[in-house]
Formats: sequence, structure tokens, C-alpha cells
Amino acid sequence: MVPREYEVARAPDDLVEMLVDRLVDYKATVRRCSVEGLGGVLAEVLAGTERIVAPSGVPEGWLSAYQGEVLRDEPRPLAVADLDAPGVAVVTGCAVAVAETGTLILDAGPDQGRRALTLVPDHHICVVHSGQIVGGVPQALRRLADPTRPLTLVSGPSATSDIELNRVEGVHGPRRLDVVIVDR
Amino acid sequence: MTGGGNIVARRPFPAAAKEKLADAQLRANLRRATHTIRDKRLRVVAEVPDWEALRVAGAAIKDDVLSRLPELLEQFEAAATAAGAVVHWARDAAGAAALVTDLVRATGATEVVKVKSMATQEIGLNEELEAAGIAAVETDLAELIVQLAGDTPSHILVPAIHYNRSQIRDIFARNGLTALTDDPPALAEAARRHLRAKFLSAKVAISGANFAVAESGTLAVVESEGNGRMCLTLPETLISVVGIEKLVPTFRDLEVFLQLLPRSSTGERMNPYTSLWTGVTPGDGPQTVHVVLVDNGRTDTLADDVGRQALRCIRCSACLNVCPVYERVGGHAYGSVYPGPIGAILSPQMSGEGANHTLPYASTLCGACYDACPVRINIPEVLVHLRQTGPHPAAERAAMRALSWTMRSRRRYAAALRAARRGAAPLRWVTGGTVRRLPWPMSAWTAARDAPLPPKQTFREWWARERS
Amino acid sequence: MKIALFVTCVNDLVFPDTGKAVVRVLERLGHTVEFPAGQSCCGQMHANSGYRAEALPLARNFVETFDPYDAVVAPSGSCVAMVRDSYPRLVPGSASVAGRTYELSELLVDVLGVTDVGAAFPHRVTYHPTCHGLRMLRLGDRPRALLRAVRGLELIDLPGAEECCGFGGTFAMKNAGVSGAMLADKCDAIVDTGAEYVAAVDNSCLAHIGGGLSRHDAGAKPIHYAGILAAS
Repeated sequence: MVPREYEVARAPDDLVEMLVDRLVDYKATVRRCSVEGLGGVLAEVLAGTERIVAPSGVPEGWLSAYQGEVLRDEPRPLAVADLDAPGVAVVTGCAVAVAETGTLILDAGPDQGRRALTLVPDHHICVVHSGQIVGGVPQALRRLADPTRPLTLVSGPSATSDIELNRVEGVHGPRRLDVVIVDR
Repeated sequence: MTGGGNIVARRPFPAAAKEKLADAQLRANLRRATHTIRDKRLRVVAEVPDWEALRVAGAAIKDDVLSRLPELLEQFEAAATAAGAVVHWARDAAGAAALVTDLVRATGATEVVKVKSMATQEIGLNEELEAAGIAAVETDLAELIVQLAGDTPSHILVPAIHYNRSQIRDIFARNGLTALTDDPPALAEAARRHLRAKFLSAKVAISGANFAVAESGTLAVVESEGNGRMCLTLPETLISVVGIEKLVPTFRDLEVFLQLLPRSSTGERMNPYTSLWTGVTPGDGPQTVHVVLVDNGRTDTLADDVGRQALRCIRCSACLNVCPVYERVGGHAYGSVYPGPIGAILSPQMSGEGANHTLPYASTLCGACYDACPVRINIPEVLVHLRQTGPHPAAERAAMRALSWTMRSRRRYAAALRAARRGAAPLRWVTGGTVRRLPWPMSAWTAARDAPLPPKQTFREWWARERS
Repeated sequence: MKIALFVTCVNDLVFPDTGKAVVRVLERLGHTVEFPAGQSCCGQMHANSGYRAEALPLARNFVETFDPYDAVVAPSGSCVAMVRDSYPRLVPGSASVAGRTYELSELLVDVLGVTDVGAAFPHRVTYHPTCHGLRMLRLGDRPRALLRAVRGLELIDLPGAEECCGFGGTFAMKNAGVSGAMLADKCDAIVDTGAEYVAAVDNSCLAHIGGGLSRHDAGAKPIHYAGILAAS
């Protein structure tokens, strides 16, 4: 028998505040808004971005105030070259977020799309609804609908600690991570 | 002990260590890096209130795996196969490397991109691929540095820990990678530019796995830079080389290890990216997925009921970072891809070749590794256990036997103490309380430090005179 | 309480003053100490160097010699760690006496409930927690608490205190180079404190550290903390 005396349900005082603190610590940028304000905030974050990728499940409403071009991955999947073009950003939702570790979990759901979409563009904007935030890792993994779907746990922009064991942000994954937390 | 590949020390540890000790730059680099990571690890571990419970659970999950490994491996194979992966088995390093090379050759690719993987280093895969005319491109920054330098890794997590930033810039420059300064961000940018085209055009990727879930056939790769995601997502074919001890029984078990591993390894609350995939997902990622399960001495290790705990290891490197011996000599002195305290118990159990029998002595038994280990491997206990099997030098064996024979009898022991005290008397008269040079074998002691001399009266002589 | 002193082989021959100091401290506190003459060595060096078969008769001798006593005290963290940690697996029936074997600070603080032993030592002292005392016995703050209560003693923190000094028994000979490098760093840290004495719970580590300090003619001197607790 495996003793599991560790905490399964971690309950910090303020989940959102802790998530923000952790994300900022990883050099991600965080904004908070209301459901009504989301379209405006995304347009602000995307100011100056001419083209974005949005998986099929990203609602039109999120992008209502965005002026640039929106690339969709269907019916024909986008080519890697489209994703790698300079200045392309990707807007997604997430499956669940972990406050304690500042982690966003993508499970290839309709508002997240296939893995390449959130990998190749240099700028990832992830929308998190406050109801999707849990305290710790055990709660988060237990919330996933199907753990055999491709999963990506994202904690901040890409980084390396390979030089003198100092953390440096920005290597191969998106170098810029913006998180928009929608309060209910 | 029947494993092979890059886990065999060619030189005895003391000789290799002596050479590394002479490298002042190396020692400065190691000291700086290990102390940085120690402090970070302590900080993020301290903020987890149930850390000890997580360690206990992590150890127990791995012990459970080790106690029913054949059953779980078959379960993994069935689940991964059902999910569209092709599962292969390899008994040893040579077999595994040949198998992977054949798989790559069958795709027609002449270049593969690689995610940092201890298992592929262990089996000597890059050497085997090169011999077959296939270029293996390491994409982890530190692995890339080591590969460009024509060197070998010296740390499990940070293979280039023995280089500082200006040395890295020089290595890059020699290979046509330009970095404007030796600032780590500039160096990372140079690596990004160098590897970008390779990621986008590669047909085949090779990875290891940090965890393999038996119930679902899922594999997990824990990384930082996104090079792992690139390799695991963009190519058509993915080949993952996995040691058989990487299993966990259920997906739920990852809730323990995804807390233990990042905090223990890089000292972060969570590493930037963790990828999990289960066989083939239509329309997302590689459509041909191979998993190569490697034994290479692991079953032998499993047979030793004290030593098998080494197979709990999740390759976090915390034991290296806190080890005072590793800090002074670095990873190369251990002669295996698994250096430091864990290497000193893993390499000799996996392979009995070469000078691996010298590795269990590469420790003061200070116990810092055991305290830091997220899966509670009692490394000092295993070190002492492995020392029992020798081989022992003849003179040492004779001395130890004689000492034990003397000390087990009250009369012989008291006489020996008297003799030792008397023998030291003339020396004491000449030198005072200490000596600067003693003959062999005590010369090893006086090489670095003076030796104290027994005083005029032993304790038991004093007691007999004063108290009875 | 019948307290037996296990002086340890190294102390018996090379550091008898440490044994005398333990006797003096305990007698000053009103206890009677016995010295069972049948004692020799705990077998740690043999066991840790790969000679468990040779350690076994020594361990058996210890168990036989000390079993009749209520408490066994030893001025050595590593010897007590050997008894407590390894004996139960090595010698059947030894768990009881192993559980009653204490390092001096454990006996004083936990069993006898004393931190002020009535000592005086007007000097600047730094304390090196030896590895087996620190990580196997988990002595924690006990030795330091005893030292802090000594009149006139100024206790100075040792930077990097928890790092091994590089002794490690036969390690000091088998890997003399690495051992020497660790020793040099430890000596530098000690000298930088400006302390007159470096105290510890183990004379074997202290012989190593003291040998390094003396080789470089550093001002600081090694001292077993029992010697400080006995001073008045």
C-alpha cells in the first residue's frame, strides 16, 4: 500500500492572487478582467499584432474588438510556416490552472487546439476563467477529462537554467506569455 | 551487473578525481553552480508543507513498481500498443542502440533531433547513429554546448555545468554560432537561431521519458526550453528510449512526482513545460510513435534487496548538487553518464565492468544526498552495502582482519593500546603532540594534514589508576 | 540510573582527555559513571569500509558489554550512529541497548534534562556539526545549546557549517585529494570566523580538521565540546 498522507486539496486564501504571483515570478504578464471586459483586454494585449491563430473553440466574442487577421486551423490545418511567420500570436483557453505552481494545463480541448499551435508562434495569450483555477497539482490532474489526450503543462514562457544554473527566459517555446484571468 | 554502454568508469575514481581537482576553473564553476541551485532548492522545498509526505509517497510508489515490474511492463505495452505506439524491448545498451538506429534508418532520415535523455546517453546512441551516417542533433541547450565542444556531459540535469558563460560563448563561436555577449540571454538566443530550422524540418525525433504510465501507456517529458515540445510535436516519427524503471502504475501517481521533480531538480515550483502523450493522436503530433524499453543491468540491480532502491531514482540531480565530493571534482571523474552519489550506487550495480568498483568509495558518507533525495534513496546505506563486496586491497584486508581480531578480546585490545601508546612515545618526544609526515599507509593522511599522537596514558589506564 | 561510558577506541588511545571530560561533567551533575573494561570498538570503520564480517564480533562485544546498563553515553556522534543505525540489523536482539545508547548531548539534554552544566570557558568558539551527528542522529541544536550556557563562551556561527569536513573514515586515505580539498575549505571557513577554538562532537573529524589547521599554522585549535563542558 502506498501511503498518501500528502495534501490532495490545497486551499490557499486567494487562488487568483497566488496564481498571479507565481506567473509574474516566471516573467509572464498577467491581466485580470470581467467576462464583459475580455474582448477589450485581448484587443489591448494584441495591439500591434497583425495576425493571430485561434483554435476553433475560441469564441468569436473573445476577438470581437481585435482588428487584425484571425487564422483558423480548420477546415485545413495551418502549415508550420504559417505558425512560424514573424509577429504571429496564438490565443487559447486552457483546461485547468494551478495556483501554487503557476501552471496552465492544455489538454488539446477545442479552445486550445493541437499542440503545435501553442508552440511555434512566439507569443501565446492564454485566457483562464477563475473557476478553472485550483490550488495544487493533485486537484488539477484529477480535473482533466481525459488524461490520454496530448497534455502540455505550461509554467511561464520558455526558459533555461543551463548556463551557470541561472534561469533565463526565452528559448524555443513562446518567449512571451500573456495570461488573462477572467473573474466571475 | 551485466549492463554496458556509457556507464562504465574506465579509470579508478581517485585517479580521475585527482586530475579534476587540479582544474581551478572547473572547481570555481562547479562551486558557483551547485551553491546557486542548493539555495533555490531549499527555498522552494521549504514552501511545501507536505514535502515529507510527498517523499514517502514517491518512494512507496516506486517500490511498488519495482515489486511488480514484469506485470506493469506488460500492462504498459498493452496500453501503449492499443493507443497506436509500437513497443520494443532491448536487453542491453548495444541492443537498444542498434534497435533505434534500425528504426531511424527505416525512415530514410539522415538527421534526427534529440530531446535531452539520459537513457540515450547511457546506451551510446549518438555514437551508434553517427556510425550509421545519421547526424543526431542535441537540442537541449546544455547538451548542445557539450556536443559542440566535443565533450561529454558532467551532470544529469545540466550537462554543461562545468562551463561558465564565457567558455560557452567561445564554444559557440568556434562552431559558427554568434552571440553578441556572454550574457545567458544572448547565448540562449544564439541557440534558438541555430536550432529553429532543424526543428521545423526534422522528420524524426528521439526522446527519453521521465515517466511512463502503466495503466494508460502514457509517456511524460519534463523540460524547460521548449526544445522537447518541438521534438515531441513537429516530426512525423517519434522514438522514445525508456529505462524499465521509469514506470508509475497510474496517471494519478504523477501528482506526486510532478511536485517532487521540478523542486528537486531546477529548484522551481514547476518547470516551464511538461508534455504527456499516449501513443498516436490523429492530427496532433507524430503519427508514428515507437517506445523502446531498455533493461541494461536494471534487472540485476533489482535482484539486490538493499541496492534496488537506486532504481527509484527520477534523475533530479539534487544529490549531485548537495554532494561535497561532486562539487570538487565534477561529473567526469565518475566515468559514467550517471555521476555523483546516485551514480556511485547506480553505475556499479548496472555494470560490473571497468573501475566501477571504485565508485562506492567516492563518498564521505556525509548523508547530504539522502536528505535531498525526493524519493528517499538511502544512498549512504547502499554505498556501505556495495563496499562489502569488494574487491579489497590485500594489505587493507589483512590490517582490518588483524584489527578486528585484536579488538574483540579485552586482553589483546588492552595490550595493543599499551603498545601503540609506547610506540608513539619517541615520536612525541621529538615532535610534541603532532606529526607532519608518517610512513605508508599513514602517508596518505599526512599528505594534507598533521596527525595527532597518543598521549602518555590511555583512558583505560587513567581509569584503572584513578577510579578502581 | 546506571550510566556506562563508551569511550570509543579512538578516544581511549589518542584523546583520553575527552573521556575524562565526560566523567567530570556527569559527576559534577551528581551522576555515577561506570567504565566497563570489556569495551573496545563499535566496528564502524570495519563496517563502513566493507568489512562487515570483521565488524560483527565487535558489535556483539558491544551489545554484551553494555546491555546491563540503563544508559550508555559516548562522546562521538559517528560511533553512536553506528550503534543506533546499524546494530539492529547487524546483531539480533541489539535494538534495546542501541536505543539506550546516547551521544553526550542527547544524554544531557533529553535524558537528564540539563543544558547548563556549570562550565566556564572564556573563549571565542565556533561549532562544526559533524555529519553523523547532524544527519544520522539529528542532534540539531543540542550541542550548541549546551555551549551557549557555558559562562564566558562566545559562540560564533560557522559559515557553511553543515558541509562535510572531508574526513569520512578511510575516505581520507583512499581519496586523499578530494578529502584535502574539502578540508581546506572547512579550515578557511573556521579561520575566517576568528574563533580561538573549533568544537565538535567527534574527535575523528576534529583530528582531521585540527591536522589541517595545524599544517597551515592557523590560530584556531580543535577541541571536543566535552572538554569545554568540563572546564570550570
